[in-house]
Amino acid sequence: MRHIISLLMENEAGALSRVAGLFSARAYNIESLTVAPTEDATLSRMTIVTSGSDEVIEQIIKQLNKLVDVVKVLDLSDGRHIERELMLVKVKATGVHREEMKRMCDIFRGRIIDVADGSYTIELTGSGSKLDAFLEAIDKSAILETVRTGASGIGRGDRILKV
Amino acid sequence: MQLTGAEIVIRSLHEEKVEFVFGYPGGAVLNIYDAIYQQDAFKHVLVRHEQAAVHAADAYARSTGKVGVALVTSGPGATNAITGIATAYMDSIPMVVLSGQVPTAAIGQDAFQECDMVGITRPCVKHNFLVKDIKDLAATMKKAFYIAASGRPGPVVVDIPKDITAQTAKFEYPESVSLRSYNPVLKGHSGQIKKALKLLLEAKRPMIYTGGGVVLGDASELLTQLVRKLGFPMTNTLMGLGGYPATDRQCLGMLGMHGTLEANMAMQECDVLLAVGARFDDRVIGNPAHFFENPRKIIHIDVDPSSISKRVKVDVPIVGDVKSVLTDMLELLAESDKGPNANALKAWWQQINAWRDRNCLNYNRDSAIIKPQYVIEKLWEVTKGDAYVTSDVGQHQMWAAQYYKFDKPRRWINSGGLGTMGVGLPYAMGVQFAHRDAQVACITGEGSIQMNIQELSTCKQYHLPIKVILLNNRYLGMVRQWQEFFYENRYSESYMDSLPDFVKLAESYGHVGMHIEQSSDVEGALKEAFAMKDRFVFMNFITDQKENVFPMVPNGKGLSEIILAEDL
Repeated sequence: MRHIISLLMENEAGALSRVAGLFSARAYNIESLTVAPTEDATLSRMTIVTSGSDEVIEQIIKQLNKLVDVVKVLDLSDGRHIERELMLVKVKATGVHREEMKRMCDIFRGRIIDVADGSYTIELTGSGSKLDAFLEAIDKSAILETVRTGASGIGRGDRILKV
Repeated sequence: MQLTGAEIVIRSLHEEKVEFVFGYPGGAVLNIYDAIYQQDAFKHVLVRHEQAAVHAADAYARSTGKVGVALVTSGPGATNAITGIATAYMDSIPMVVLSGQVPTAAIGQDAFQECDMVGITRPCVKHNFLVKDIKDLAATMKKAFYIAASGRPGPVVVDIPKDITAQTAKFEYPESVSLRSYNPVLKGHSGQIKKALKLLLEAKRPMIYTGGGVVLGDASELLTQLVRKLGFPMTNTLMGLGGYPATDRQCLGMLGMHGTLEANMAMQECDVLLAVGARFDDRVIGNPAHFFENPRKIIHIDVDPSSISKRVKVDVPIVGDVKSVLTDMLELLAESDKGPNANALKAWWQQINAWRDRNCLNYNRDSAIIKPQYVIEKLWEVTKGDAYVTSDVGQHQMWAAQYYKFDKPRRWINSGGLGTMGVGLPYAMGVQFAHRDAQVACITGEGSIQMNIQELSTCKQYHLPIKVILLNNRYLGMVRQWQEFFYENRYSESYMDSLPDFVKLAESYGHVGMHIEQSSDVEGALKEAFAMKDRFVFMNFITDQKENVFPMVPNGKGLSEIILAEDL
């Protein structure tokens, strides 16, 4: 099953490679991994999307906790949470496509953030499946380039991951 | 007072009361070596290859419980240390490895003798550090020792660029360390311990299975008390030997691939299993699916939560330091008005004794050709079971584990997890330094001993009176055994041709060499060797070439699918 794991770790050189190394060394899946510093500059927050049986996920959480640089680990999938991902898509926008792309962008509540003669760049935020749905909804041959951040997640209400 | 980085390293080692540093100098650590030259609080031991330095530090740690320290230079010095570090990591040995690094400005420039030590060791250390600022050096040293020794122990690497060792800073060694991201749980959950004890006292066919955690956690005495109070059968893993007296009736011997029939059968057929500081690895329980064919309740005590329910799902997990948890359990047991189920236990012991009566470790003791098992038995007699025994990896290792009855912890020093050939001689060095007057025997094979044979020179330099017990069968015995059993006798590259004259080799290093070919000479030779208390003696025993290790649970089979010598 798919799990979103959030963790706080020391914002130190090499911390990211310890996590990435753990996943490859123990043959765990990584669907996506995002990391950036938090409001506390000594801490980084990482969101990892992974999948596996309950036993594997239990091991992943334990192994992450075992890393000396990791301060806290939370399996967001254990409770209510929100998940968002950002995607930038560059699409062909010529002729009939130009109007069609703007319409599709509006329907998915995206924003056109760059306009050029033959193309638009669209910014889209949402769950991974919403982004997938957008890519399926538009003409594939119109897609020039996509870049996705991978999921970020946060617990709902008073589910807070903090030191 | 301002000190150079090199002096800070040395002073930190003094603060940690380090007795020995095993190492090998080189360009990046010249400043540190210069500082070593000007101190005498610890002894530096010059090895002949960095791998041996790390193994020796590892063995020092295994035999004393203190943190072992090794020092190597950058680049090839660092890469030579890797096997030693990985070996210690797999067996959870507390160790600090200091490595030199090229100057900070040269890092990443493919400088001479540069290697990304932090990167290359990441998968095989508990933690590692690259010191980039001299102001962090003392605190990093303190953290390294703390992390290495606490919780589930393990090796920690501190990589120190050469320029840092030359810069100066004020030396202040922290009194204590507090890391928000690292707080090992030591005290077991009292509710879980209660639950565990209830299960144990209700058991009809209980079994206690203990591993290296008992030895590392200095919990042998407590374990012995618990096992005796309960009257239950117990077994040790390879790493746990000596954690409970092997000569005691309640000890069924080692379990696993080459464990005894009684230990493996009791493990398979018990209804409640108490696992203490052991990790259910593949060499111990065989095929997990087969292991689960017999339902049983499992209690697992371990300081590392990730060891629990990793390969085997357990019913009562207890995360905590083995010593602390066993103390609590013994207290609860003393307060309990209920004891174990005596009738059920009696029937269980009858069953176990029936397995034991099969005498699975029997072999031909009348053979004129030297049987390797016989050498180990005689070694046990001659040393009165009181030697420190190191081994390499292979058949001789299994025979040593089966036939040398370890009654005390920290006496059996071998590479259990990684299975590193070549550890035996450097291990014996580390042990002999730590226990200068003790009898130290290195049980080895002609394959393994040649993997670190250069250390004969170190043994000469420091007058180490080690006794090497070479069980020379002219084969890579364990490889040959598998080829015989599973590859229809196709002995691919397992014959050791062109062996040196080991007696002359030993003599060329100034040691005593002995050649023994007859069973009738074994005991006398051992006595003669151990009587030479101040000499290194290399004993070349020419043993039965095709002797196999039994019992054996073939790879992928279940514990009760065990093959005995008599079955063939």
